Amino acid sequence: MQDFSYARATSRAEALALAAEGDTAILAGGTELLNWLRIGIAAPGRVVDISRTPGMDGVEALPGGGARIGALTRLNDAAQHPLIQHSYPVLSQAILKSASAQLRNLATIGGNPLQRVRCPYFRAEEPTPCNKRAPGSGCAALHGFNEKHAIFGWTEDCVAVQPSDPAAALAALDAVYVTERRDADGRRIPARSFHVLPSEDPTAHTVLEPGELIVSIEIAEPATRSAYLKLRERESYEYATVSAAVVLDLDGEVIRRARIALGSVAMRPWRLDEAERRLQGQRLGGPEVEAAVDAGFAEARPLSSNAYKIRLARNAVLRTLNLATRAS
Amino acid sequence: MCPEETRFSARCLVRLTVNGQSHELEVEPRVTLLDLLRERLQLTGAKKGCNRGECGACTVLLDGRRVNACLVLAASAEGCAVTTVEGLAQDGRLHPVQQAFIEHDAFQCGFCTSGQIMSALACITEGHTGSNAEIREWMSGNLCRCAAYPQIAEAVAAAARDMSASEAA
Repeated sequence: MQDFSYARATSRAEALALAAEGDTAILAGGTELLNWLRIGIAAPGRVVDISRTPGMDGVEALPGGGARIGALTRLNDAAQHPLIQHSYPVLSQAILKSASAQLRNLATIGGNPLQRVRCPYFRAEEPTPCNKRAPGSGCAALHGFNEKHAIFGWTEDCVAVQPSDPAAALAALDAVYVTERRDADGRRIPARSFHVLPSEDPTAHTVLEPGELIVSIEIAEPATRSAYLKLRERESYEYATVSAAVVLDLDGEVIRRARIALGSVAMRPWRLDEAERRLQGQRLGGPEVEAAVDAGFAEARPLSSNAYKIRLARNAVLRTLNLATRAS
Repeated sequence: MCPEETRFSARCLVRLTVNGQSHELEVEPRVTLLDLLRERLQLTGAKKGCNRGECGACTVLLDGRRVNACLVLAASAEGCAVTTVEGLAQDGRLHPVQQAFIEHDAFQCGFCTSGQIMSALACITEGHTGSNAEIREWMSGNLCRCAAYPQIAEAVAAAARDMSASEAA
């Protein structure tokens, strides 16, 4: 690992000031950054450690009935907080299906959506064509190993997927990433548009600007009828092949509103807008439900080796709708 | 004590307690807690398996919580209390979790064992031993290439019973 100089922020103002200096990486949980430094994905001259910045962790209820999660809240603490467990089961489940128990003691809820893609070409230790590692170098996955890659929103410049489980749950919940910056106003960025599709910029990961810090994540009204399903090759401690986050609002047996986000199918959590629109007013378990979900997959496009993911994701949505119906 | 003010530093003075003993060391910022334990303090119980947070062989307790020591900068552990497998036995007597691993034949080559034991101790104190499935889920961050998983899960369950019995006594 290339050496760097280090500073630990002792206040939020100091964290923002240090993060705004050039050539500086931000260290929170460290579970991604340390590996980026080892592989060479990042080689900053300076690292600012914000992990102990006061006032940026913990879960609190918002006056209107929502919740605010401090960005530095460790994943295990967020998932096991009573408010998250009871009011937002989709998020608690998504977090607990992420990584391992000891990684979740380090990783933070604000850092998790900033994890980079797991594409083996992006993570390669030898130079390999990858527009996210070396802009303009191409995409080795397009005609290479792409079994786990995108079925939505990919371009020939990048076919990778954003693997975060919590990000998919947060997108289904219409959560908001609250940011602060030293030299500009903070922003409220909707979770569903936080990550950048390759059609917008194949080299980008998120819309965050250099030095911009996520300080908290806010979620609106409780979503007790919600569920997260993660399909993977191992039962535990593995990235998703596909995952589905569903938040339901029911009127008896009738769907008043369904929100569906798929994980690990695109460079951002993929909301099934067309399916959501068609599910409105449908009776649970009725034949129209399958047709509505199918409509959400009209724009799915397979790569050379991942056509199976379309069927897998479609079935995952149907299963998760059932899981969410039974939750309360 | 890394820089208290808005200054980046190329060297960090780290004070931390390891297995009850205080240490003060100067390190480069890139030194991980795992390398500090192994190379500077000669505590080689925590193993360097993958060195990227995938195998769990470096699991230690940091302020009482299990973490992958390979993913923690030593500088970030300033002021913290670290427990490694070397700190478990008391007065020459093995910790109940260590004893249970022996009694249940919960290892073959032994490379992952110290990480398994530290993770098992945390799994028990966290209260995640309600069933075999729960133990397997909450121990999934510790890989065992010899695949001693059934025996490891049995050892964790047995140690949990043992520890709650001695707590009740």
